[in-house]
Amino acid sequence: MRRGNRTVIEMLVVGVVASAIGIAIALAIDWFPPAASKQAGPIDTLWDVLLIISVPVFVLVTVVVLFSVREFRMRPGQELEDGAPIHGNTRLEVIWTTIPAVIIASLVVYAYLVLRDIEKAPANASTEMRVKVTGQQFAWEFEYPQAGGKTIKANQLYVPKGTSVKFDIVAKDVLHDFWVPAWRMKIDAVPGITTHYRITPTKLGEYPIVCAELCGLGHAFMRATAHVLTPSNFSAWLKRQGAASSTTASSGGGSTTATKPDGKKLFASTELACSSCHTLADAKATGTTGPDLDKVLASASLADIKQDIASPNAEIAAGYQAGIMPQDFAKRLTPAELTALATYLKTVTAK
Amino acid sequence: MPEIVRRPGLARGGVWLLAGIAFSFGVSCLTRALYHLDTIDGDSIARIAMLAAPFFFLAGLGAFSYWFYWASGKPTLPEDHSAHGAHSWKDYFRINTDHKVIGIQYTVHSFVFLFIGGLMAMLMRAELAAPGRQFVDASTFNGLFSVHASLLIFLFIIPVFAGLANFVLPLMIGAPDMAFPRLNALSFWLLPIAGVMMLGSFFAPGGSFSSGWTAYAPLSTSAPLGQDMFTIGVQFAGASSIATALNFLVTIITMRAPGMSFFRMPLLVWANFSTSLLVVIATPFIAASQFFVLLDRGLGFRFFDPGEGGDVLMYQHVFWFYSHPAVYIMMLPGFGIISEILASRARKPIFGYRMMAFSLLAIVVLGFTVWAHHMFVSGMQSWIRVPMMVTTAIIAVPTGIKIFSWLATLWRGIIHLHTPMLFALGFLTMFTLGGLSGVILAMIPVDIHVSDTYFIVAHIHYVLFGGSLFTIFAGVYYWFPKMTGRMFDEGLGKLHFWTTFIFFNATFAPMHLIGVEGMPRRVADYSEQFAGWNLAISISSWFLGLSTLIFLYNMVSSWRGGPRAPSNPWRALTIEWQVSSPPPVFNFDSLPTVVGGPYEYGVPGAVHAVFKAPDQPVTASSSSPTREAH
Repeated sequence: MRRGNRTVIEMLVVGVVASAIGIAIALAIDWFPPAASKQAGPIDTLWDVLLIISVPVFVLVTVVVLFSVREFRMRPGQELEDGAPIHGNTRLEVIWTTIPAVIIASLVVYAYLVLRDIEKAPANASTEMRVKVTGQQFAWEFEYPQAGGKTIKANQLYVPKGTSVKFDIVAKDVLHDFWVPAWRMKIDAVPGITTHYRITPTKLGEYPIVCAELCGLGHAFMRATAHVLTPSNFSAWLKRQGAASSTTASSGGGSTTATKPDGKKLFASTELACSSCHTLADAKATGTTGPDLDKVLASASLADIKQDIASPNAEIAAGYQAGIMPQDFAKRLTPAELTALATYLKTVTAK
Repeated sequence: MPEIVRRPGLARGGVWLLAGIAFSFGVSCLTRALYHLDTIDGDSIARIAMLAAPFFFLAGLGAFSYWFYWASGKPTLPEDHSAHGAHSWKDYFRINTDHKVIGIQYTVHSFVFLFIGGLMAMLMRAELAAPGRQFVDASTFNGLFSVHASLLIFLFIIPVFAGLANFVLPLMIGAPDMAFPRLNALSFWLLPIAGVMMLGSFFAPGGSFSSGWTAYAPLSTSAPLGQDMFTIGVQFAGASSIATALNFLVTIITMRAPGMSFFRMPLLVWANFSTSLLVVIATPFIAASQFFVLLDRGLGFRFFDPGEGGDVLMYQHVFWFYSHPAVYIMMLPGFGIISEILASRARKPIFGYRMMAFSLLAIVVLGFTVWAHHMFVSGMQSWIRVPMMVTTAIIAVPTGIKIFSWLATLWRGIIHLHTPMLFALGFLTMFTLGGLSGVILAMIPVDIHVSDTYFIVAHIHYVLFGGSLFTIFAGVYYWFPKMTGRMFDEGLGKLHFWTTFIFFNATFAPMHLIGVEGMPRRVADYSEQFAGWNLAISISSWFLGLSTLIFLYNMVSSWRGGPRAPSNPWRALTIEWQVSSPPPVFNFDSLPTVVGGPYEYGVPGAVHAVFKAPDQPVTASSSSPTREAH
């Protein structure tokens, strides 16, 4: 029995040391992407607390297994012997039911408080900015409602630093998930309903937007960039977009207006979202999901370009896959718009 | 007609399968003609054939013969038990009502799918070894991870546990067979249908199903034909699972040997009792979810079309109402296996036996109250998240009771480190990690960030590989002598354990990190920052794949030429070890009487079961179940 006590003490020492080392390592690991929102702080702290609690539990199990094997492994001569016929111990069982229950209860309360904290609306609701986010295979679209009922559309996200932003998220076709890892928050874009979350950006810079819900063949490429600007830069950007979109609005709409469709504006339009996947110098587009149009269309005929848009799977540029580019442009564009877009592409890519 | 086509069996099954396809062709064309649609429609014919032709195949195979004879008023074939036992390998390829033959059919069949599913994982890791496109395109990649998960869940983990239990559970409770032997045979033969369908989807026009094993609508309702092979395949696997669970429940409740009270049952029996409860209650829900999808796809219903009043989130609720309990369906039988092995290899009674049984039942009940923790970021009504977080976290308590009781079982035992014990101890540590990441995932704020990332991939593999598969390996090694009558090679077994343990961790541990760092799951391509870890993971995964070849070689060569196994190589007390290895065709020459608990190691003079000397010479008819007399 005295030997057993010594073993328990040894286990305690080893367990405490191993837990301390384990926690130190777990906390030293740089787990997260940069924390760029107010919400990131409490989440990252909760994560650290969970690690600090988890490590000793794992150490406990491992140490007991290893010490049991060391202490009670069959020695020569014990081949036919049995262990001590212990059937249970009520006190122990109460302890290892109660302690985990208490830990779990505290964690749940703590997690609830963090949840309330990260979802809390700003004290003055009118200071909050709203952005409508639309997911479709395989691009994002962002809309900024403006005074007077106008909206400004963009296929990259721009938000001002320090302002609470509430996203209203919808999907056009299948499920998507709007996730900016640097902000820690995500939620599905669900066809038929609008989902929401809010964040307050705390760091200037550019952060990837990732679609986190499997949405089809192009899922891995459904990326965009979130640009966090200073409030004054953001206002300037909004003003520029406002000016640009008001001209688009008057000339857009294809067949409904008398004006001839403009290929350049069609390319830049957020409905088609060409630039979210393609690079095209003339339109300052830098997408890399699909082929670089400046290169692959350099020697293409007008008919080829029309076919590339209307039935993208007919011919695939080397190194790219069929099935990623949406196949419904023939339906979404009028023949005149298709011709205008193809003519524009031919003109700007011709060498 | 040649004899082989008239006799029940695979050949006749094949002929009838063709007849079933012709029938489906006729039904489709006739119906479409009546509705003035294009008469011939490939998708329609394929869907009807997938539903109907398997039943033609099963009838040809002879799965329904007895019931057909009985229903049509013909004299039923007298049960002469000629179908019991297996005399050559060919006997495993026909309808057989012997639970031991069915157990081996199940187990071997499941392992075939482990290797196929594992190979798919190797291909995925090859694609993921570097950013950009390596070997497969996006369509194939999405197909690979979808089929990988579907096969390993529905054709490996769930049925392999049913297979092991099929073999040992009737022996453990002192029953001559399962309660419904013909249903048992039918349950097994439903599985190859599901397996062939899911694998065959790779040859479907438009490629295999590629919306994940979760098959979320509306991606699944708008996918090409391959999706139906999941939608319908799951129905067959699910029906198999439900039939087996009913069989286990009735067997456990009604066929225990005299003296085998519920609290004298081995914990493996308790575990399968709990699992079967989960299966019969939960599995109809996944059947429903997939029928909704099938109706949307095939007949233009609008369950999941929001434009027509459909509700996309409803799919997820119905799906997870099965698929969360399914996690316990894939874990509880493993808990049972671990209890058997720890008690006999540590030579000690299970610590807190009653609490072990009650915690199983607690998990069954709680398992039905947590499904929406898979949906914290789904956009469902937000208030439901907190109650689901609370129930999810509470499950850690009964699970913790089990872990701590197993640890206490080791303490002051005499530990024999044979291969099954190594896997059991490996399970204890690895499953703890999976459980801890589960508690972390229950915490909503963290879950919001790590949902749909590689952290999830890491978590489920710690639970299903480090958890379930370790218990499966442990169980297969442990009962291999009983099932085959041969001993496996202990050295190769240990090598298998250590290679698996090391490369399992090298493969899956780093996934926690890249997931939190921001790598989403289910992508064939990823950003440059994750390249280093992914290459390391891929290389480890290939070694992990290779390690299973050691297991394969050990099993095949030991089964063919291993040393003869004694009846009780582990000196265990449970009843299956008190009969020869392999057991006699009818299990017991005389039924055992249970006189004590199953784990009374170290208790002087304690006995679990005694065999009465038979009153009369035993013949096949006198030792067979009396139910057969109709």
